[in-house]
Parts: sequence; C-alpha cells; structure tokens
Amino acid sequence: MTWVSQLVQKPWVWAWFGAVSMWVIITGVSGFGAGGQVMSAAASFGTFFVIVAIGQMFVITLGPGNVDLSIPACMTLSATLAMKFMNGDPGLLVPGFLISLGVGLAIGTTNFLLILFLRIPPIIATLSASFLYQSTAIWSNRGLRVKPPEVLGDFAVAKVAGVPILTLVVLVVTVGMAFLLHRTRFGLSVLAVGQNEKAAKLAGIRVERVRFLTYLMCAVFASVCGFFLAGFSGGAALNMGEQYLLMSIAVVVIGGTSVAGGYANLTGLWGASLFMFLLVSMLNTLGLSAGYRLIVTGAIIVAVIVVSGRKLAR
Amino acid sequence: MQSAAPLVKMSGVEKNFGAARALTGVDFEVNRGSCVGLVGHNGAGKSTLMNVLSGVILPDEGEVQIGGVLLDNGYDPAGAARHGVRSVFQELSLCPNLTVAENLRISHPSIKGIGWRKAARKVILDELDRIFPGHGISPDTEVSSLSIARRQMVEIARAFSSVTSKIELVILDEPTSSLDQNSAAQLVDFVRQFVGKGGSVILISHLLGEILDASDKIVVMRDGRSVAVDEARNFNRARLVRDMGDVLAENSEFGARSGAKREGPPVVTGPAEDEHQLVLYPGEIVGFAGLSGHGQTEMLVRIFEAAQGARGPIVATDRAAFVAGDRQTDGIFPLWSITQNIFVSSLERLKKGLSFDFERAEREAQDWQSRLSVRTADMGNNILSLSGGNQQKALFARALGSDAGIVLMDDPMRGVDVGTKQEVYEILAEEAANGRALIWYTTETDELKHCDRVYVFREGKIVAELSGDALNEANILGASFEKEDA
Repeated sequence: MTWVSQLVQKPWVWAWFGAVSMWVIITGVSGFGAGGQVMSAAASFGTFFVIVAIGQMFVITLGPGNVDLSIPACMTLSATLAMKFMNGDPGLLVPGFLISLGVGLAIGTTNFLLILFLRIPPIIATLSASFLYQSTAIWSNRGLRVKPPEVLGDFAVAKVAGVPILTLVVLVVTVGMAFLLHRTRFGLSVLAVGQNEKAAKLAGIRVERVRFLTYLMCAVFASVCGFFLAGFSGGAALNMGEQYLLMSIAVVVIGGTSVAGGYANLTGLWGASLFMFLLVSMLNTLGLSAGYRLIVTGAIIVAVIVVSGRKLAR
Repeated sequence: MQSAAPLVKMSGVEKNFGAARALTGVDFEVNRGSCVGLVGHNGAGKSTLMNVLSGVILPDEGEVQIGGVLLDNGYDPAGAARHGVRSVFQELSLCPNLTVAENLRISHPSIKGIGWRKAARKVILDELDRIFPGHGISPDTEVSSLSIARRQMVEIARAFSSVTSKIELVILDEPTSSLDQNSAAQLVDFVRQFVGKGGSVILISHLLGEILDASDKIVVMRDGRSVAVDEARNFNRARLVRDMGDVLAENSEFGARSGAKREGPPVVTGPAEDEHQLVLYPGEIVGFAGLSGHGQTEMLVRIFEAAQGARGPIVATDRAAFVAGDRQTDGIFPLWSITQNIFVSSLERLKKGLSFDFERAEREAQDWQSRLSVRTADMGNNILSLSGGNQQKALFARALGSDAGIVLMDDPMRGVDVGTKQEVYEILAEEAANGRALIWYTTETDELKHCDRVYVFREGKIVAELSGDALNEANILGASFEKEDA
C-alpha cells in the first residue's frame, strides 16, 4: 500500500486525521443530526481561523523568531473603525471594507518598520505594537458593541446547501495562496528566506522586501477577518480577537508548517482549523469542565507537535 | 615506531544509501605512527568511509577494528572518542554562539570546577600556538565572529588537544580547504611532528601536493572502492591523478591569461581614494589574493550589495551573483532539491506567466548536471544528499545559470576535486569570453593563474595590484606578508 505510506509522510495528514476522529467521536456520542450541525458550525468558525492562519503561516515560514502577535489587536481595530464608520448603513459597505483594508496595510507597515529600524525581534515588535492598536480601538469605541450593517451580517452567516458562503470564498482564496506559496517568485522567496536568510540574501533575494510583504499580508488577512467576524458575531467587540492569537499559531503548527521556517502548506490549515474547533466541541459533548478542557487541548497540541516534529526532523 | 598490528583495520566495508552504493567493499588500514593520505573524486566515498570509522554511520557489511578490538553495532561517535579517534569534518562542528574556549570545554568534559574557563583557554591557546604559530585568535572570541579559515584552525586545534582523554588517530577531512597556503603548510609540518611521536592521522585533501608532503601511505578511492594503495614515495602528482581516473591537464603558468581586452566602461569601481582602486571590466577574471580573512569576503559582499542598489563608495552597474564558499552558512537551502537550489537565483528569469516554470528549470538543471558532472541519480533529490564538493557545484550552477553580468566567487573550490576544477576553470574562461565579469577570491595560489589581474589584500585593504609579468607567486606572497614579517 504505497499510497498509504506516502500519505502518512505528508505533514498535514495528522491535522485531518485529528479532525475526522473528533467528528467521529462527536457523532458517535450525539448521533448523526448533531454531527451534521457541529460540522456546519466547524466550517463557519474554522473559516475565520483559516483566514488569520494563512497570514501567520507566511510569517512563521520566514524563519525562527518570525511571528505576528498583533493579530487580535489588528482584528479588533479594523472591525471597530469599519463598523463605527458604517454605523449600520448598508450603503457604506464598500468604503467600510476599504477602511478595514487600510487598517491592515497601516498595521503591517508599522510592524515591519519597527522590526527594520529598531532592530527588535518581531515577537517583541508585534506584541508591543499591538498594545498601541488595542488602545486605539478602546479609545475609539469606548467599550460598546458596534453593530454591523444587516447585509454584512446576513452575508457572513449565509449558506449554500449547508455550506457557509464565506467558507467557499476562503477555500478559493486558500487555493490562490497555495499557488502564491509554491509557484510564484514571492512564495519561493519566503521559503528560501525561512531556510537560510543569509544564503537567500546572497542568492539575490530582497530579504527585507519579502519580509515587508509578508507582514503586510498577515495584517491585511487579520483586518479582513476582523471585518467579517464582526458581521458574523453581531458587531465589533474589544475582546473579539482574543482567542485568535493562540489559534492562529496552533493551526499553523498543527497543520504541518515547520516552526523552524522554510516549509509550509495550506492543506493542513483547514484540517487543523476544523480539528481545533471539533476538539473543543468534543470535550463539551463529553461534558468536561472548562479547566479540564484547556488541559486536554494543551496536551493534544503538544502531542501533535511531537508527532509531526519527529517526521520533519528526519 | 610502527608496531606489527595496525591501529585501524577496516575490511569489506559496504554502505548503500537507497539505490546509491557509497562503499562497495573497502579494505583500509592505518598503522600507528603514520599518516595515510586519502584521495579521490567528490562522491568517491572518502567521507562516507570516515563516517563509518568515526561511528557516525553504521556500515551495511564489513568489519572495523581499532587497536585490535572489533567494533560492534553499538559503535557511535562517543565510542570512537573512547578509542582515541578524533575527527575534523568538512562541515564544521563548532557551536557558533560559544567562544573558542567554551567550544573546547564541550569536547573535554574533564575540564571542570572553578576556573575551568581559564584552563580551557590555556589548552586551546597552547594547541593553536603549536599548530598555527601567529594565528591571532583569542580564545574569548565568539566562534560566529571568526572567519571560516580561523574556525577551521580552531576545529583542528581542538581535535589535537589532549587533556585526559587519549588521542590515537585524528581524521582530517579537507582540513585546509579554507586555509591559506601559509597555514596549510604549518598544518602539514605539525602532522609530521604528530606522527613522529607515534600518533596517526588520516588526511583527506584535494590538494595533491599536500597529500604527497604529509603522508606515509596513500589510498586512492574511486566509485566507492579503494583502487590504489601504496607508499607515498611511490606516488607523484601524475600517478595520483591517473589513479583517480583523470587526465592531468597541462599545468598552466602565470600570465597565461593576462591581457584581456577591455571594452566599454567598467562594471565595478571601488572607492576612488584607494591607493589601488578596484576596477572590473566585462570579460575579465580578477583574482583576490592575500592571507585568508583579510577582507576579501567582505569586499565581495559589499560589491554584491552595491549591485543590488546599496549606496556607497562602490559602484556596480550590472546585476551580481555570488558563489558562496562557506556553503552551509551562505549557500545551501537545506530543505530543497538540487534543482531548486540552483534556480533560486533565477526566479524572475524562469517565470511563465505568474508561475515559476518548474519544467524548464528541470531541463536546465539536467544541462548543468552534465556540464559540471554533478554526481546524483536525480537532480530532484535533496541538496544534502550530495557530497560537499558536489553541493559546491550546484552553487556554481546557481550563479552561472542566473542572468547576472558580475559573478563574485568567495573561495568557491573548497572541497571540489581536481577533475571538476579543470572543467570549472574552462567554464569560467568561457563565461568571461562571453562578456561576464568575474571576481575570484581564492586561498589557492595556483588558481590565480587563471586570472587576468590580481588584487592582494592585507588587513582589509588592497595593498597591491598585479598583472602581466608582475603577476607571480613571489609577488603575491610578498604583498601578503609585507611589514608583518619585516
């Protein structure tokens, strides 16, 4: 069975294997009806994980020390400013979206400039900058939930044959991003920088330009995610991005992207997103309390990293 | 000094990596108090054989005895150390984030207690002084800030240093590939002293003169077999080359190339206020000489950056490609195939629409494989499956396959075998004839014979420009050492 052994070699297989196992357990405990519902919910929530994880994946692939910790703040600020501007008016949807994009571009640029000119590690730069972004969001909305225009809310939850439209859109984006990563000059440059930054520079790759575009892309994905998440969850709230920091990193790593940089794949992001959502659902189904749920989640993430890390080390 | 039983006796050693047969039944012996020279092509199996001897890999078949003890399957590098076997491999093994003295401490756990730092400092410094007098290395320097030549010296000194552990045999795999001629000669002298006192050395080198000077016995390997074993005095350069399976090209002389026509404006100009201003014209091969670590690599990097548009005193008017000599740090993308490693510098040129044209890259990679005789079954294999010299060929292909008009070479022949070197020399001459401008930093004086002009570096500055009749070994050495030895 060569195709089985080949499949097991793929680093993204474990995420999908995990997702399917979780779903089987949930369905086994609660029946097919509940299984279908939970799958639909997983698609909805998983889509938002995937959006931010795509950006984070490119950043992590740049190599050790590269990670964007400003994702939650970026989502919050983007959603807050856009929702406030539109103030529920469907006619302002397009300029509202552009504001959201603008926030992403501004944050990505700021992050990169901090890294470049202050020569501080990306982890510190994005973490400290995110206090700035979060404060701006607090100052702007003063703790209120700003409602989205109804059209946006409807679009964010709309489904075709049980599949959320947003999921389909993000699936198409994922395919595009896979092309970008594996076949274009930019993507190949990211992979090269992640393997050996010095060699990449001497091979003629404009390392800082690549880094800039990568952080820019990550921030834009986060801001767009914030925009649609505000529509999905009925408004922009200050804590809306909270779980997305850990989630973006966990999804990337469980999805089989190398934490050491230079190797990435998009197939695993979907598997890992569904897995993370279904894992929590399964623990809920089994009736575990919040404390146990966190412990089991943490243990499973560690286990996945150990298993997949061993494969990559070969 | 030689006792009857050999120190090392390897018989019928076989090793396969997948379909590739790296060793096909090799017998190999080293006597006490002798130096064995080991020569052969890139990928002939020299490094694999040494990896077996030092416990890094287990052989598929065959026996290894050290000091009359048959080694079993549990043999590993720690076991090798217990038998007194030390190794200096091509890919350096020092921890870059630690100082020279701290690195010594890692391989000598017996240095401990309060004041270990002082003890370690003394041990490594004494050994460096013994092998490379005038080395200029401080034991408190962090290894990452040393040039590759100095790292190599530290690695060698560490292998020869003894605290409490015994030291019977030192394996030197391409120890001089980054050293300049002076330090390399110091090492050969030291090896003779060491074997004079009863130690044993296995020396792998592509510099045949070095092998002939240092060895008592020479073993020639080809395609995973040992094809000739004889006393060193029965060999000469011609026989070595013949046994390796090559024809010795006519040994070119200085001045063979000088006087290429200069057409049009220079593509590189250095700072005008320099006493010897750096200029490079299309069609020229310009050499950088001098003792290693005197600013040659830094100059190449500055030219490279100028070609990328960095503002500064150096002006470069064409694109540049860089051939790294320190391939682990500056060259290799370890997760990628040979093909991808070659075309990372041609991402723009090999575009088809929005996408990179992988099919065309594969076709061109196959051309490079035959042109540079890269030893692999498939250019789609991972780059690390190649031996060191073959990895270097891929880096050459990367630079020559790009569309850059300026090619900067940072001592690029490290670990490349004699036959391939001859081919590369010819390719470089062709590239120059096609209008490319090449700068070639080398630690081997003989290679400067293939240059039109040579700049000699000392302490970060160009101290001489030699061309025509003035370009000869005496002048190069003279300019490298001036004032220091006066």
